[in-house]
Amino acid sequence: MRQSNGYIVFYSAMLTIVCGGLLAFASQALKPRQDANIEFERKSNILSTVMTLEEGADITKLYESRIRELVIDVNGNRVDKKAADVNVGVEYKKLPEERMLPVYEFISATDSSKVENAVILVFGFGLWNTIAGFVALESDFNTIKGVSYSHVGETPGLGARIATSEIQERYKGKQIFQAATLVSVVMQKGEGIDYSNNPHKVDGMSGATLTAKGVNNMLKEYFGCYQKYLEKNKGINQQANL
Amino acid sequence: MSAEVVEVVQVEKKSEPLLSKKNKKLISNPLDIDNPITVQVLGVCSALAVTSQIKPAFFMAAGLTFVTIFSNLFISMLRDTIPSRIRIIVQLAIVSVWVIMVDQLLKAYVYDISKQLSVFVGLIITNCIVMGRLEAYAMGNKPFPSLLDGLGNGLGYGMILLILAFFRELLGSGTLFKGWAFEWKVFESMGLHYQGNGLMLLPAGACILLGVIIWVQRSINGYRETH
Repeated sequence: MRQSNGYIVFYSAMLTIVCGGLLAFASQALKPRQDANIEFERKSNILSTVMTLEEGADITKLYESRIRELVIDVNGNRVDKKAADVNVGVEYKKLPEERMLPVYEFISATDSSKVENAVILVFGFGLWNTIAGFVALESDFNTIKGVSYSHVGETPGLGARIATSEIQERYKGKQIFQAATLVSVVMQKGEGIDYSNNPHKVDGMSGATLTAKGVNNMLKEYFGCYQKYLEKNKGINQQANL
Repeated sequence: MSAEVVEVVQVEKKSEPLLSKKNKKLISNPLDIDNPITVQVLGVCSALAVTSQIKPAFFMAAGLTFVTIFSNLFISMLRDTIPSRIRIIVQLAIVSVWVIMVDQLLKAYVYDISKQLSVFVGLIITNCIVMGRLEAYAMGNKPFPSLLDGLGNGLGYGMILLILAFFRELLGSGTLFKGWAFEWKVFESMGLHYQGNGLMLLPAGACILLGVIIWVQRSINGYRETH
Protein backbone atom coordinates (compact mmCIF):
# COMPACT_ATOMS: atom_id res chain seq x y z
CA MET A 1 0.00 0.00 0.00
CA ARG A 2 2.84 2.32 0.89
CA GLN A 3 4.14 2.16 -2.65
CA SER A 4 0.89 2.91 -4.45
CA ASN A 5 0.68 6.09 -6.48
CA GLY A 6 -2.43 7.20 -4.62
CA TYR A 7 -0.63 6.97 -1.29
CA ILE A 8 2.35 8.90 -2.59
CA VAL A 9 0.18 11.70 -3.94
CA PHE A 10 -1.83 11.85 -0.72
CA TYR A 11 1.35 11.80 1.37
CA SER A 12 3.05 14.61 -0.51
CA ALA A 13 -0.11 16.71 -0.48
CA MET A 14 -0.44 16.36 3.28
CA LEU A 15 3.24 17.09 3.79
CA THR A 16 2.98 20.24 1.70
CA ILE A 17 -0.06 21.48 3.60
CA VAL A 18 1.44 20.85 7.02
CA CYS A 19 4.86 22.31 6.20
CA GLY A 20 3.37 25.26 4.35
CA GLY A 21 1.00 25.99 7.22
CA LEU A 22 3.79 25.87 9.77
CA LEU A 23 5.96 28.26 7.77
CA ALA A 24 3.13 30.66 7.09
CA PHE A 25 2.36 30.77 10.79
CA ALA A 26 6.00 31.37 11.74
CA SER A 27 6.38 34.08 9.14
CA GLN A 28 3.26 35.93 10.30
CA ALA A 29 4.11 35.60 13.98
CA LEU A 30 7.66 36.90 13.58
CA LYS A 31 6.94 39.62 11.03
CA PRO A 32 6.45 42.55 13.44
CA ARG A 33 9.80 41.88 15.09
CA GLN A 34 11.59 41.49 11.76
CA ASP A 35 10.08 44.70 10.41
CA ALA A 36 11.15 46.52 13.55
CA ASN A 37 14.71 45.29 13.00
CA ILE A 38 14.73 46.48 9.39
CA GLU A 39 13.33 49.86 10.43
CA PHE A 40 15.96 50.16 13.15
CA GLU A 41 18.69 49.42 10.66
CA ARG A 42 17.37 52.02 8.23
CA LYS A 43 17.36 54.64 10.95
CA SER A 44 20.87 53.84 12.08
CA ASN A 45 22.07 53.88 8.46
CA ILE A 46 20.64 57.36 7.96
CA LEU A 47 22.07 58.63 11.23
CA SER A 48 25.46 57.06 10.58
CA THR A 49 25.92 59.27 7.52
CA VAL A 50 25.76 62.46 9.59
CA MET A 51 27.19 61.46 12.94
CA THR A 52 29.29 58.83 14.65
CA LEU A 53 26.96 56.48 16.41
CA GLU A 54 28.18 55.27 19.75
CA GLU A 55 27.55 51.73 20.86
CA GLY A 56 24.21 51.49 22.64
CA ALA A 57 22.97 54.92 21.55
CA ASP A 58 19.19 55.26 21.53
CA ILE A 59 18.75 55.29 17.76
CA THR A 60 14.98 55.58 17.75
CA LYS A 61 14.95 58.57 20.07
CA LEU A 62 17.82 60.24 18.27
CA TYR A 63 16.12 59.69 14.93
CA GLU A 64 12.84 61.14 16.13
CA SER A 65 14.42 64.25 17.59
CA ARG A 66 16.98 65.03 14.90
CA ILE A 67 15.64 63.76 11.58
CA ARG A 68 12.76 65.40 9.73
CA GLU A 69 11.41 63.37 6.85
CA LEU A 70 9.93 64.95 3.77
CA VAL A 71 9.15 63.92 0.21
CA ILE A 72 9.88 66.02 -2.84
CA ASP A 73 9.31 65.66 -6.55
CA VAL A 74 11.94 66.07 -9.21
CA ASN A 75 11.39 69.86 -9.32
CA GLY A 76 12.33 70.11 -5.68
CA ASN A 77 8.80 70.90 -4.51
CA ARG A 78 7.42 69.32 -1.40
CA VAL A 79 4.84 66.64 -1.95
CA ASP A 80 2.23 65.80 0.64
CA LYS A 81 3.36 62.26 1.29
CA LYS A 82 5.13 60.39 4.03
CA ALA A 83 8.72 59.27 3.45
CA ALA A 84 7.86 55.92 4.97
CA ASP A 85 5.28 55.34 2.23
CA VAL A 86 7.80 55.81 -0.57
CA ASN A 87 8.99 52.45 -1.83
CA VAL A 88 12.27 53.13 -3.54
CA GLY A 89 12.14 49.95 -5.64
CA VAL A 90 8.77 50.98 -7.07
CA GLU A 91 9.90 54.56 -7.65
CA TYR A 92 13.00 53.33 -9.45
CA LYS A 93 10.86 51.72 -12.15
CA LYS A 94 9.19 55.05 -12.95
CA LEU A 95 10.73 57.64 -15.22
CA PRO A 96 13.23 59.81 -13.32
CA GLU A 97 11.00 62.89 -13.63
CA GLU A 98 8.02 61.11 -12.05
CA ARG A 99 9.81 59.74 -9.01
CA MET A 100 8.93 60.64 -5.44
CA LEU A 101 12.14 61.42 -3.60
CA PRO A 102 12.50 61.24 0.16
CA VAL A 103 14.77 63.68 1.97
CA TYR A 104 15.88 63.25 5.55
CA GLU A 105 16.83 66.57 7.09
CA PHE A 106 19.20 66.44 10.02
CA ILE A 107 18.10 69.35 12.17
CA SER A 108 20.10 71.16 14.79
CA ALA A 109 19.70 69.93 18.36
CA THR A 110 18.95 73.42 19.64
CA ASP A 111 17.10 75.11 16.79
CA SER A 112 14.65 72.85 14.98
CA SER A 113 14.30 75.24 12.05
CA LYS A 114 17.99 74.99 11.21
CA VAL A 115 18.86 72.16 8.84
CA GLU A 116 22.43 71.02 9.39
CA ASN A 117 22.54 68.32 6.76
CA ALA A 118 20.26 66.81 4.17
CA VAL A 119 20.37 63.08 3.61
CA ILE A 120 19.14 61.79 0.26
CA LEU A 121 18.29 58.28 -0.81
CA VAL A 122 20.01 56.60 -3.76
CA PHE A 123 19.15 53.30 -5.41
CA GLY A 124 20.44 51.24 -8.30
CA PHE A 125 21.93 47.99 -9.47
CA GLY A 126 25.29 46.55 -8.56
CA LEU A 127 26.72 43.49 -10.21
CA TRP A 128 24.27 40.85 -8.97
CA ASN A 129 21.37 42.61 -7.36
CA THR A 130 20.07 45.94 -6.12
CA ILE A 131 22.19 48.34 -4.12
CA ALA A 132 20.97 51.33 -2.15
CA GLY A 133 22.38 54.02 0.02
CA PHE A 134 22.03 57.26 1.87
CA VAL A 135 24.17 60.28 1.04
CA ALA A 136 24.44 63.09 3.56
CA LEU A 137 25.35 66.55 2.30
CA GLU A 138 26.82 69.46 4.19
CA SER A 139 24.78 72.65 4.49
CA ASP A 140 26.27 73.87 1.19
CA PHE A 141 24.29 71.04 -0.50
CA ASN A 142 27.39 70.17 -2.45
CA THR A 143 30.00 68.57 -0.20
CA ILE A 144 29.39 64.99 0.91
CA LYS A 145 29.36 64.61 4.67
CA GLY A 146 29.05 60.84 4.68
CA VAL A 147 27.55 57.91 2.82
CA SER A 148 26.09 54.58 3.81
CA TYR A 149 25.66 51.88 1.20
CA SER A 150 23.88 48.59 1.50
CA HIS A 151 23.59 45.75 -0.96
CA VAL A 152 21.66 42.55 -1.40
CA GLY A 153 24.01 40.18 -3.14
CA GLU A 154 27.35 41.68 -4.09
CA THR A 155 30.32 39.31 -3.95
CA PRO A 156 31.66 38.97 -0.40
CA GLY A 157 35.14 40.45 -0.10
CA LEU A 158 34.90 42.25 -3.45
CA GLY A 159 31.76 44.23 -4.30
CA ALA A 160 30.31 43.71 -0.86
CA ARG A 161 33.01 46.06 0.42
CA ILE A 162 30.76 48.99 -0.48
CA ALA A 163 28.97 48.28 2.79
CA THR A 164 32.16 48.72 4.82
CA SER A 165 33.27 51.96 6.43
CA GLU A 166 36.64 51.60 4.71
CA ILE A 167 35.06 52.33 1.32
CA GLN A 168 32.43 54.75 2.61
CA GLU A 169 35.07 56.93 4.27
CA ARG A 170 36.52 57.64 0.83
CA TYR A 171 33.45 59.66 -0.14
CA LYS A 172 33.74 62.12 2.72
CA GLY A 173 34.49 65.66 1.62
CA LYS A 174 33.92 64.98 -2.07
CA GLN A 175 31.79 67.42 -4.05
CA ILE A 176 29.00 66.73 -6.49
CA PHE A 177 28.86 70.11 -8.24
CA GLN A 178 31.69 71.80 -10.10
CA ALA A 179 30.69 75.47 -10.10
CA ALA A 180 27.09 75.15 -11.34
CA THR A 181 27.35 71.88 -13.24
CA LEU A 182 26.53 68.52 -11.73
CA VAL A 183 29.46 66.14 -12.18
CA SER A 184 28.72 63.61 -9.42
CA VAL A 185 31.42 61.58 -7.70
CA VAL A 186 32.99 58.76 -9.63
CA MET A 187 34.75 55.74 -8.23
CA GLN A 188 37.79 54.97 -10.34
CA LYS A 189 39.15 51.70 -11.62
CA GLY A 190 42.08 50.30 -9.70
CA GLU A 191 42.90 50.68 -6.05
CA GLY A 192 45.50 52.46 -3.96
CA ILE A 193 45.64 55.76 -5.81
CA ASP A 194 45.41 59.01 -3.90
CA TYR A 195 42.56 61.18 -5.13
CA SER A 196 42.51 63.50 -2.14
CA ASN A 197 43.13 66.57 -4.32
CA ASN A 198 40.31 65.73 -6.75
CA PRO A 199 36.85 66.45 -5.31
CA HIS A 200 35.00 64.30 -7.85
CA LYS A 201 37.00 61.07 -7.85
CA VAL A 202 37.36 58.35 -5.26
CA ASP A 203 39.73 55.43 -5.11
CA GLY A 204 38.32 52.21 -6.60
CA MET A 205 37.85 48.70 -5.31
CA SER A 206 40.23 46.15 -6.73
CA GLY A 207 38.32 43.26 -8.28
CA ALA A 208 34.96 44.99 -8.07
CA THR A 209 34.92 47.32 -11.03
CA LEU A 210 31.40 46.35 -12.02
CA THR A 211 29.98 47.03 -8.58
CA ALA A 212 31.80 50.37 -8.61
CA LYS A 213 30.19 51.11 -11.97
CA GLY A 214 26.81 50.37 -10.43
CA VAL A 215 27.56 52.74 -7.57
CA ASN A 216 28.66 55.45 -10.00
CA ASN A 217 25.50 55.09 -12.09
CA MET A 218 23.36 55.10 -8.98
CA LEU A 219 24.92 58.30 -7.65
CA LYS A 220 24.82 60.08 -10.99
CA GLU A 221 21.20 59.16 -11.64
CA TYR A 222 19.93 60.14 -8.21
CA PHE A 223 21.97 63.32 -7.93
CA GLY A 224 20.27 64.17 -11.22
CA CYS A 225 16.84 63.50 -9.71
CA TYR A 226 17.61 65.65 -6.68
CA GLN A 227 19.43 68.32 -8.71
CA LYS A 228 16.66 70.96 -8.63
CA TYR A 229 16.20 70.48 -4.90
CA LEU A 230 19.92 70.75 -4.25
CA GLU A 231 20.33 73.83 -6.46
CA LYS A 232 17.42 75.55 -4.77
CA ASN A 233 18.83 75.03 -1.31
CA LYS A 234 22.32 75.82 -2.45
CA GLY A 235 21.06 79.21 -3.61
CA ILE A 236 19.24 79.90 -0.36
CA ASN A 237 22.19 79.01 1.75
CA GLN A 238 24.60 81.05 -0.30
CA GLN A 239 22.38 84.09 0.11
CA ALA A 240 22.14 83.44 3.82
CA ASN A 241 25.89 83.29 4.05
CA LEU A 242 26.41 86.62 2.30
CA MET B 1 30.28 9.89 2.16
CA SER B 2 31.55 7.33 4.61
CA ALA B 3 28.53 7.33 6.86
CA GLU B 4 27.71 3.73 7.45
CA VAL B 5 24.19 2.72 8.31
CA VAL B 6 24.13 2.32 12.04
CA GLU B 7 21.34 -0.14 12.50
CA VAL B 8 20.55 -0.26 16.16
CA VAL B 9 18.73 -3.51 16.61
CA GLN B 10 16.00 -2.75 19.04
CA VAL B 11 15.56 -6.01 20.84
CA GLU B 12 12.65 -5.42 23.12
CA LYS B 13 14.18 -5.10 26.51
CA LYS B 14 11.96 -4.35 29.42
CA SER B 15 12.98 -0.72 29.50
CA GLU B 16 16.21 0.78 28.30
CA PRO B 17 17.54 3.60 30.47
CA LEU B 18 17.26 6.95 28.71
CA LEU B 19 20.99 7.46 28.65
CA SER B 20 22.24 3.93 28.21
CA LYS B 21 25.81 3.27 27.16
CA LYS B 22 24.69 2.90 23.57
CA ASN B 23 22.80 6.18 23.66
CA LYS B 24 25.69 8.02 25.24
CA LYS B 25 27.86 6.80 22.41
CA LEU B 26 25.46 8.47 19.98
CA ILE B 27 26.49 11.78 21.45
CA SER B 28 30.15 11.12 22.18
CA ASN B 29 31.12 9.41 18.93
CA PRO B 30 30.41 12.40 16.68
CA LEU B 31 32.52 14.54 18.97
CA ASP B 32 35.62 12.51 18.25
CA ILE B 33 36.01 9.27 16.29
CA ASP B 34 33.01 9.90 14.04
CA ASN B 35 33.15 13.69 13.80
CA PRO B 36 31.08 14.98 10.89
CA ILE B 37 33.68 17.52 9.79
CA THR B 38 37.06 16.04 10.56
CA VAL B 39 36.27 12.36 9.95
CA GLN B 40 33.26 12.21 7.65
CA VAL B 41 34.37 15.46 5.98
CA LEU B 42 30.82 16.80 5.65
CA GLY B 43 29.73 20.40 6.04
CA VAL B 44 33.18 21.80 5.38
CA CYS B 45 31.91 24.66 3.22
CA SER B 46 30.12 26.50 5.99
CA ALA B 47 32.86 25.59 8.47
CA LEU B 48 35.28 27.63 6.41
CA ALA B 49 32.90 30.47 5.71
CA VAL B 50 31.38 31.50 9.02
CA THR B 51 34.26 30.96 11.43
CA SER B 52 36.18 34.22 11.25
CA GLN B 53 34.67 35.18 14.61
CA ILE B 54 33.27 33.18 17.49
CA LYS B 55 29.88 34.88 17.57
CA PRO B 56 28.61 33.92 14.10
CA ALA B 57 30.19 30.48 14.47
CA PHE B 58 28.27 29.97 17.68
CA PHE B 59 24.93 30.90 16.13
CA MET B 60 25.62 28.79 13.05
CA ALA B 61 26.43 25.81 15.27
CA ALA B 62 23.31 26.37 17.33
CA GLY B 63 21.22 26.68 14.17
CA LEU B 64 22.57 23.51 12.65
CA THR B 65 22.19 21.56 15.89
CA PHE B 66 18.58 22.69 16.10
CA VAL B 67 17.99 21.54 12.53
CA THR B 68 19.70 18.13 12.90
CA ILE B 69 17.87 17.39 16.15
CA PHE B 70 14.41 18.18 14.88
CA SER B 71 14.83 16.78 11.38
CA ASN B 72 16.18 13.54 12.81
CA LEU B 73 13.35 13.38 15.32
CA PHE B 74 10.58 14.03 12.83
CA ILE B 75 11.96 11.82 10.08
CA SER B 76 12.39 9.04 12.59
CA MET B 77 8.81 9.43 13.78
CA LEU B 78 7.55 9.35 10.21
CA ARG B 79 9.98 6.69 8.97
CA ASP B 80 7.37 3.93 8.73
CA THR B 81 4.96 6.08 6.74
CA ILE B 82 7.36 7.64 4.24
CA PRO B 83 6.98 6.07 0.78
CA SER B 84 10.50 4.99 -0.14
CA ARG B 85 10.15 6.28 -3.70
CA ILE B 86 9.87 9.89 -2.52
CA ARG B 87 11.83 9.65 0.71
CA ILE B 88 14.57 12.10 -0.29
CA ILE B 89 12.11 14.83 -1.17
CA VAL B 90 10.22 14.22 2.07
CA GLN B 91 13.46 14.54 4.01
CA LEU B 92 14.28 17.69 2.12
CA ALA B 93 10.88 19.22 2.87
CA ILE B 94 11.21 18.55 6.59
CA VAL B 95 14.78 19.83 6.71
CA SER B 96 13.83 23.00 4.88
CA VAL B 97 10.95 23.71 7.25
CA TRP B 98 13.38 23.74 10.17
CA VAL B 99 16.00 25.70 8.28
CA ILE B 100 13.55 28.43 7.33
CA MET B 101 12.35 28.44 10.92
CA VAL B 102 15.92 29.06 12.13
CA ASP B 103 16.41 31.77 9.52
CA GLN B 104 13.19 33.55 10.53
CA LEU B 105 14.06 33.33 14.22
CA LEU B 106 17.53 34.75 13.64
CA LYS B 107 16.05 37.59 11.58
CA ALA B 108 13.61 38.37 14.37
CA TYR B 109 15.88 38.08 17.39
CA VAL B 110 19.52 38.54 16.32
CA TYR B 111 19.28 40.60 13.16
CA ASP B 112 22.95 41.56 12.88
CA ILE B 113 23.99 37.92 13.14
CA SER B 114 21.48 36.88 10.51
CA LYS B 115 23.04 39.44 8.17
CA GLN B 116 26.51 38.07 8.84
CA LEU B 117 25.46 34.47 8.30
CA SER B 118 23.48 35.55 5.23
CA VAL B 119 23.23 32.70 2.78
CA PHE B 120 24.82 30.10 5.00
CA VAL B 121 21.71 29.60 7.11
CA GLY B 122 19.69 28.87 4.00
CA LEU B 123 22.43 26.54 2.87
CA ILE B 124 22.02 24.36 5.97
CA ILE B 125 19.44 22.64 3.75
CA THR B 126 22.22 21.40 1.54
CA ASN B 127 24.60 20.74 4.41
CA CYS B 128 25.54 17.11 3.96
CA ILE B 129 25.52 16.46 7.69
CA VAL B 130 21.76 16.91 7.92
CA MET B 131 20.79 14.72 4.98
CA GLY B 132 23.58 12.28 5.80
CA ARG B 133 22.24 11.67 9.30
CA LEU B 134 18.68 11.31 8.04
CA GLU B 135 19.61 8.69 5.49
CA ALA B 136 22.16 6.90 7.62
CA TYR B 137 20.43 6.95 10.95
CA ALA B 138 16.98 8.44 11.37
CA MET B 139 15.36 6.37 8.60
CA GLY B 140 16.19 3.18 10.48
CA ASN B 141 16.01 4.02 14.14
CA LYS B 142 13.59 5.02 16.85
CA PRO B 143 12.87 8.71 17.59
CA PHE B 144 14.82 9.09 20.82
CA PRO B 145 18.12 7.59 19.61
CA SER B 146 17.67 9.64 16.42
CA LEU B 147 17.26 12.80 18.43
CA LEU B 148 20.46 12.00 20.32
CA ASP B 149 22.23 11.24 17.06
CA GLY B 150 21.15 14.62 15.71
CA LEU B 151 22.28 16.34 18.89
CA GLY B 152 25.63 14.55 18.82
CA ASN B 153 26.33 15.42 15.23
CA GLY B 154 25.25 19.01 15.71
CA LEU B 155 27.57 19.29 18.69
CA GLY B 156 30.40 17.61 16.79
CA TYR B 157 30.01 20.13 14.00
CA GLY B 158 29.67 23.02 16.45
CA MET B 159 32.76 21.96 18.37
CA ILE B 160 34.96 22.10 15.28
CA LEU B 161 33.38 25.42 14.27
CA LEU B 162 34.15 26.95 17.64
CA ILE B 163 37.73 25.63 17.70
CA LEU B 164 38.29 27.08 14.24
CA ALA B 165 36.65 30.38 15.17
CA PHE B 166 38.66 30.61 18.39
CA PHE B 167 41.99 30.44 16.61
CA ARG B 168 40.90 32.49 13.63
CA GLU B 169 39.56 35.33 15.74
CA LEU B 170 42.53 35.24 18.13
CA LEU B 171 45.17 35.21 15.40
CA GLY B 172 43.23 37.19 12.82
CA SER B 173 41.91 40.09 14.86
CA GLY B 174 43.56 39.65 18.25
CA THR B 175 40.21 39.53 20.02
CA LEU B 176 37.89 36.89 21.46
CA PHE B 177 34.08 36.93 21.66
CA LYS B 178 33.86 40.09 19.58
CA GLY B 179 30.33 41.50 19.46
CA TRP B 180 29.40 40.25 22.89
CA ALA B 181 29.43 42.20 26.13
CA PHE B 182 32.37 40.18 27.41
CA GLU B 183 34.52 40.89 24.37
CA TRP B 184 38.17 40.39 25.25
CA LYS B 185 40.94 42.20 23.40
CA VAL B 186 43.50 39.58 24.28
CA PHE B 187 46.71 41.28 23.25
CA GLU B 188 45.70 44.82 24.17
CA SER B 189 44.80 43.73 27.68
CA MET B 190 48.30 42.31 28.02
CA GLY B 191 49.71 45.61 26.84
CA LEU B 192 51.00 44.20 23.58
CA HIS B 193 50.48 45.52 20.10
CA TYR B 194 49.17 42.86 17.76
CA GLN B 195 49.04 43.13 13.99
CA GLY B 196 46.17 40.87 12.88
CA ASN B 197 47.06 38.04 10.55
CA GLY B 198 44.94 38.68 7.46
CA LEU B 199 45.25 35.10 6.23
CA MET B 200 43.32 33.88 9.25
CA LEU B 201 40.38 36.05 8.29
CA LEU B 202 40.16 34.49 4.85
CA PRO B 203 38.57 31.08 4.17
CA ALA B 204 41.99 29.86 3.03
CA GLY B 205 43.34 30.33 6.54
CA ALA B 206 40.44 28.30 7.88
CA CYS B 207 41.25 25.52 5.44
CA ILE B 208 44.83 25.33 6.70
CA LEU B 209 43.67 25.37 10.32
CA LEU B 210 41.12 22.64 9.65
CA GLY B 211 43.90 20.54 8.15
CA VAL B 212 45.93 21.02 11.31
CA ILE B 213 42.98 20.01 13.48
CA ILE B 214 42.46 16.83 11.44
CA TRP B 215 46.18 16.07 11.71
CA VAL B 216 46.19 16.51 15.50
CA GLN B 217 43.04 14.44 15.89
CA ARG B 218 44.35 11.61 13.73
CA SER B 219 47.67 11.41 15.48
CA ILE B 220 45.95 11.28 18.87
CA ASN B 221 43.58 8.55 17.69
CA GLY B 222 46.32 6.66 15.87
CA TYR B 223 44.42 6.78 12.58
CA ARG B 224 45.83 4.81 9.68
CA GLU B 225 44.61 4.95 6.10
CA THR B 226 43.27 1.53 5.08
CA HIS B 227 43.25 0.38 1.51
